[in-house]
Amino acid sequence: MTAIRATNLSKRYGGTVAVADLSFDVEPGQVTGFLGPNGAGKSTTMRMILGLDRPSGGSVLVDGRPYGELRHPLRKVGALLDAKAVHGGRSARNHLLAIAQSNGIPAGRVSEVLELVGLREVAKRRVGGFSLGMAQRLGIAATLLGDPEILLFDEPVNGLDPDGILWIRTLMRKLAAEGRTVFVSSHLMSEMAQTADHLIVIGKGRLIADTSVQEFIGRSSQGYVRVRSPRLAEVAELVKVGELHPDHLRVTAMSTLEIGTLTARAGLPLEELTFVQPSLEAAYMELTKDSLEFSS
Amino acid sequence: MIDILRSEWTKIRSVRSTVWTLAATVALMVGIGALISAANRGNTDGPIPADEAIAGSLVGVIFASLSLATLGVLVISSEYRTGGIRTSLMAVPKRLSLLTGKMVVFTATALVTSAVASAAALAVGLAITQPPSLMLGDAARAVGGATLFLTACGVFGLALGTLVRHTPGAIMAATALMLVLPPLMNQLPGQWGRTVADYFTTNAGMLIANGQSSASLGPWSGFGVYLVWIAVTVVASAVLLLRRDA
Repeated sequence: MTAIRATNLSKRYGGTVAVADLSFDVEPGQVTGFLGPNGAGKSTTMRMILGLDRPSGGSVLVDGRPYGELRHPLRKVGALLDAKAVHGGRSARNHLLAIAQSNGIPAGRVSEVLELVGLREVAKRRVGGFSLGMAQRLGIAATLLGDPEILLFDEPVNGLDPDGILWIRTLMRKLAAEGRTVFVSSHLMSEMAQTADHLIVIGKGRLIADTSVQEFIGRSSQGYVRVRSPRLAEVAELVKVGELHPDHLRVTAMSTLEIGTLTARAGLPLEELTFVQPSLEAAYMELTKDSLEFSS
Repeated sequence: MIDILRSEWTKIRSVRSTVWTLAATVALMVGIGALISAANRGNTDGPIPADEAIAGSLVGVIFASLSLATLGVLVISSEYRTGGIRTSLMAVPKRLSLLTGKMVVFTATALVTSAVASAAALAVGLAITQPPSLMLGDAARAVGGATLFLTACGVFGLALGTLVRHTPGAIMAATALMLVLPPLMNQLPGQWGRTVADYFTTNAGMLIANGQSSASLGPWSGFGVYLVWIAVTVVASAVLLLRRDA
């Protein structure tokens, strides 16, 4: 069963269109990256999935129903939107206890998730004194309380140190491997390259791509051969099909072997002859360059 | 619903602002009551009549009402300030159920605190003034009236907090509606002005606390009018809670 299904989802704030006619499915058992530049409408979409913001048009269903109709929603869906959105005066345990009680989750589960995210030692401390990393762990603990099948994370690694990033990445992979649905937003392609199986890319609130990570790279940009030489101008003349840059020649129509053979015959020295793999980053930049809200 | 009530009870008991505002409510009631009673005792030769002694003991309601209203505001505005309201609505997407849960838990908390504060203030006040004769019924009615008035003021605060969503703005609104505007309304000219003043928020609501009647209203009808003010605010806040994005 499709975990999350958005159909022609739209959101307008006054005259500003945040999300426009967005349709996608999120499937269980994999990490689905929700990718787009800042301001693309990722957070707005997540809030609409969770019933916090009302769509201006279209609909979004979680497990076949609008979020608001789930009886104990936290047992079905766990979501981390903003780790710092907690009352600083409450202890970690009481914060989680209040959330658990609202969905009839036994208090014992609070201790379990505190242990799971490594916050057992600080369970009685006021949340206001937590570092961002600890707050993030507390937020993750809250999402796991109801042992949900569907998990949503909005920019979970923002502001985290490498340890924290690795921890979250590993956790998301583990949750997906258990057959759960993991839907995670990011504006960083490199992050998604390491975590996601599937990508939903949006820009200016519209769908740009809905594809596997592999397809995504292949479709949007091809590799090229980078040639550097002390006699670059002569090499360029010889190869003919290259695109001449100040310090290198970029060739897409010939292989390294063909170029190497050609220059060897002509006796031209080469400093570098490399096939450059298209990176996910480059593919992403290519796809989203028309949809950046503020172009520099 | 019982799940929501337990959750809201955990929330309200686990922050310091609850302890502080409830302590302030009791302190204001007892402290001001004691002060007025002592002044009354000092300025009067001979015995002080019971009704005067009771009224003096409970003068603190005017100020205590504001500290309870502040807690009412904070019960929801602190969630808007921190963003925790989103967590709450993710856990309880039925927004009216969430609001009802907050209302019930807060009202129960306010009711118990107000009753304790009013009874303590009266006991301390009477101990100071020592009125010669005292009808137990009068004392009980005074404590009951003060308790109802204080609790209603707290609920008014919660409704304003839901409506305004912003702590300072909501506390200012509560102060204006409960404390500042009512005496100003008394300055309105003419019969029409007199009626408006009588029906204005705490001008009407206070009648239950001091057991008096105004030109237009008695204690219970005055309290009824005050409850209408609060009900209108609650309904408006509920409608906005349903319509607004969180």
